Amino acid sequence: MQIAQLLLFLILFPLIAAFFLLIAKKDMDRDWIVKISAVAIGAVSIFLLISTYDKGTMLVSAIPADQVGLGMFIIEMLVALFILCLGIRHKKWLVVALILIQSAMMLYFELVYAHGVHVASNLFIDEFSTIMALIIGIIGSLICVYSLGYMKFFHEHHKEMPDRRPWFFAILFLFISAMFGLVFSNNLLWVYFFWEITTLCSFLLIGYTRTEEATNNAFTALWMNLLGGIAFTGALIWLAMAGGDTMGLSDLLANGKAIALVPAALIGFAGLTKAAQMPFSSWLVGAMVAPTPVSALLHSSTMVKAGVYIIVRFAPVYQSSIVGYLLAFVGIFTFLIASGIAISQSNAKRVLAYSTIANLGLVVACAGIGTYEAIWAAILLIVFHAISKSLLFLATGTVEHRIRSREIDDMNGLIVRMPKIAAMMVIGIAGMFLAPFGMLISKWAAIQAFIDAPFGFLFVIILAFGSAITVFFWAKWMGKILTVTTDSQRIEGEVDKSEWAAILSLAGLSLITTLVFPLVSIKLLEPFIFQNYGVVASITQDNIIIMILMMFMIVLLPLSILLPHRKHRHLAPYMGGRTTTQDLRFSGSLGVQKKTVLSNYYLQPYFSEAKLKPAGIWLCSALIVVMLLAAALKGVIL
Amino acid sequence: MINILWAVVFVLVAPLIGGLVAGIDRKITAHMQGRVGPSILQPFWDVGKLFEKENAVVNETQVFYAICYVIFMAFTGALFFAGANLLLVIFSLTLAGIFLVLGAYAANSPYSYVGAERELLQIMAYEPMVILAAVGLYVATGSFAVSDMAATTVPVIILIPGLFLGFLYVLTIKLRKSPFDISTSHHAHQEIVKGVTTEFSGPSLAWIEISHWYETVFLLGFVYLFFAFNPLLGIIAVIVVYLLEILVDNTNARVKWQLALKSSWLVAAVVSVVNLAALYLLSGGVS
Repeated sequence: MQIAQLLLFLILFPLIAAFFLLIAKKDMDRDWIVKISAVAIGAVSIFLLISTYDKGTMLVSAIPADQVGLGMFIIEMLVALFILCLGIRHKKWLVVALILIQSAMMLYFELVYAHGVHVASNLFIDEFSTIMALIIGIIGSLICVYSLGYMKFFHEHHKEMPDRRPWFFAILFLFISAMFGLVFSNNLLWVYFFWEITTLCSFLLIGYTRTEEATNNAFTALWMNLLGGIAFTGALIWLAMAGGDTMGLSDLLANGKAIALVPAALIGFAGLTKAAQMPFSSWLVGAMVAPTPVSALLHSSTMVKAGVYIIVRFAPVYQSSIVGYLLAFVGIFTFLIASGIAISQSNAKRVLAYSTIANLGLVVACAGIGTYEAIWAAILLIVFHAISKSLLFLATGTVEHRIRSREIDDMNGLIVRMPKIAAMMVIGIAGMFLAPFGMLISKWAAIQAFIDAPFGFLFVIILAFGSAITVFFWAKWMGKILTVTTDSQRIEGEVDKSEWAAILSLAGLSLITTLVFPLVSIKLLEPFIFQNYGVVASITQDNIIIMILMMFMIVLLPLSILLPHRKHRHLAPYMGGRTTTQDLRFSGSLGVQKKTVLSNYYLQPYFSEAKLKPAGIWLCSALIVVMLLAAALKGVIL
Repeated sequence: MINILWAVVFVLVAPLIGGLVAGIDRKITAHMQGRVGPSILQPFWDVGKLFEKENAVVNETQVFYAICYVIFMAFTGALFFAGANLLLVIFSLTLAGIFLVLGAYAANSPYSYVGAERELLQIMAYEPMVILAAVGLYVATGSFAVSDMAATTVPVIILIPGLFLGFLYVLTIKLRKSPFDISTSHHAHQEIVKGVTTEFSGPSLAWIEISHWYETVFLLGFVYLFFAFNPLLGIIAVIVVYLLEILVDNTNARVKWQLALKSSWLVAAVVSVVNLAALYLLSGGVS
């Protein structure tokens, strides 16, 4: 019973916070509500870890399903009505059409099948859910805290935008509540309900500024996710037609592939839309118009993670099936192509967006392969990506407010201008691609997983190329930040305390998780994988020791700068013999003083978005069509 | 299993071997060009002299990056010779390479900046092939541990000849030999001054040179793994490969980075698809 209370607390408490945030009009009140709620949610998530520790899967059946189910249905219909009205008002006919189809399907389900559906346990918790809860509870709350400072600054400097902060913060907490609901639900109808709520929340947050661009992008996100919602509804109807006694995730997965393959393909498709895989990547890139904390939330702890969460859940069904392979190919091609596009992007947030799409692609590829090693890699990727990506977004947001630009080339010499934030950013970037940090460990695990799987060599080859591309675009950004310019002023100033607290905590988390990940793997991942596959993936002790050694070298070496050392003679950089000043100004033609400006390589002719994106969209769309056909064929034959 | 002793031996002995290889390289190169060439100990005198010079820098952080570069390069080779996981060794190699790139960026100088971008292009060009070569070695020997690969009795080269050729192709990039000495070169025909090392001088430059010696020994060790089933053949192969690299270095003009990137990727893609598919089918399609 205690577990049930904890789960319900995590789902309902953010709702209460959201309600109070909606009515709190003063900055001071809002600050306190957000901080206290964040601490409470974070603490309860950790307490959840402690109280479920070593207990395996636990089903919670104490909640009256019928009444709650009816309530959910009513809310779904109200949401649909709300979206319908907005769609008509903004003349977004695609959205209108999709929401009508979806509501009709849902209504049909409710009238014909709902009474026949019985799920003994509506909520459950296992190690994977616990990990997700920690990500949502800790990273999500930190982002909310960060938003306090960011949004205050945002509205002080964008007077033209209506200040709708109560609304903004209420949606943030509603989002967190829905995410908790999603990862704790065993009943697929409940998963679907929370799924739709996250779609709604992201739609509202992306459109927050109400500019034309924001509204358009919000609707793009909406129609793509509604498409996924329709697929999800289709999966529910299919399951109901098949008898209705396998509506619980645990029953469905236990019953094996016979029934699950078609719904798994449909839900996999829904996952692809939510995880912004090609061809649905444009909604996540478009979501960049929203304030930066929204991006951080969408990219790290919510939304896209919901997409990969559900795909990883169904991984045992995908394992060595044609549907699984096609899904994995969608993922791995998205990884390759999105990484490539990231090279050509000069806008920091767009680089981050494409890198998210790419990394989620890798998770999807692992889940599609579905072997125990692949799942191990997939969950590691989810964890480490959440930490590093949120850190990078938050740091970028703070930098953006100081230098008034999101361009990477404008971040030249950031280590001189804003040393503290720049250091945090470097930790974030290192966390994304360098040994011995988390993401690299995960990629390593992915290589191992792929090569051991049937036909895995194809995936390894694509991964090897994608991974090299990743090195290129992260390293050039890192180099920009670490360039030491002599003419720059320190402009860091007083970073808002709430922003700084969030950034520092995330940087600390990314270092700590890299150190304690063997523990996480042994205590959380291995039991989960053992339960699903009966075998365990792990990393040998030698390699752990080597990585910890590397970690210490990386952390300690920068401290050597503090040691007393001889001062070296300083010279101006070599400028081909021209007379230059220390800050690289030289006399150009007609006696004009010119400043040297250094810009990164973007390799536009090879990696431009215009070139790669259509290729990715066609390729992945074709794969998805074949995947759905294959699933349908199997379903009909059975 | 990790063998600490080999790691220590590598850290102490590799610079001597690497320096000697560099000296022999210069001698043979000189003969190919119809010159007498310096003594084969010349690289040691050069580096010794660099250490005596004043360390003039654009800014202090460069020294830090140069030292990190040599530390992690030595660490990479030490891991390799200690018999650690080959993928981990490759990741460590990338980490070392990134420190050199950061050092070049840190100087905020146009020439070293272009050098840094080109060095990154080179990393992007060779890395897929190096990872895939490691994967090939894994498929052939059944282990990612260098110690197991070195002790194998499987004639690896017969199983993965394609991947070996692909590895040779990118080895030219890693050894900074023409036609792929794009970011910096030991020859004087480099149009971006000294590229990635433009702003390094004195002891910092000496450390970078020593890193290169470490790297050379490590890479030759990698070549050996393809022939490890027969140590004598392995040593002969290593020598032949290096002589071949010298020949290529002296008979080719430097190409543009576009060609270097495209051709390395094409080679990597073709040899790995063909070779790994063949291996997969030969092994009966089950892993």
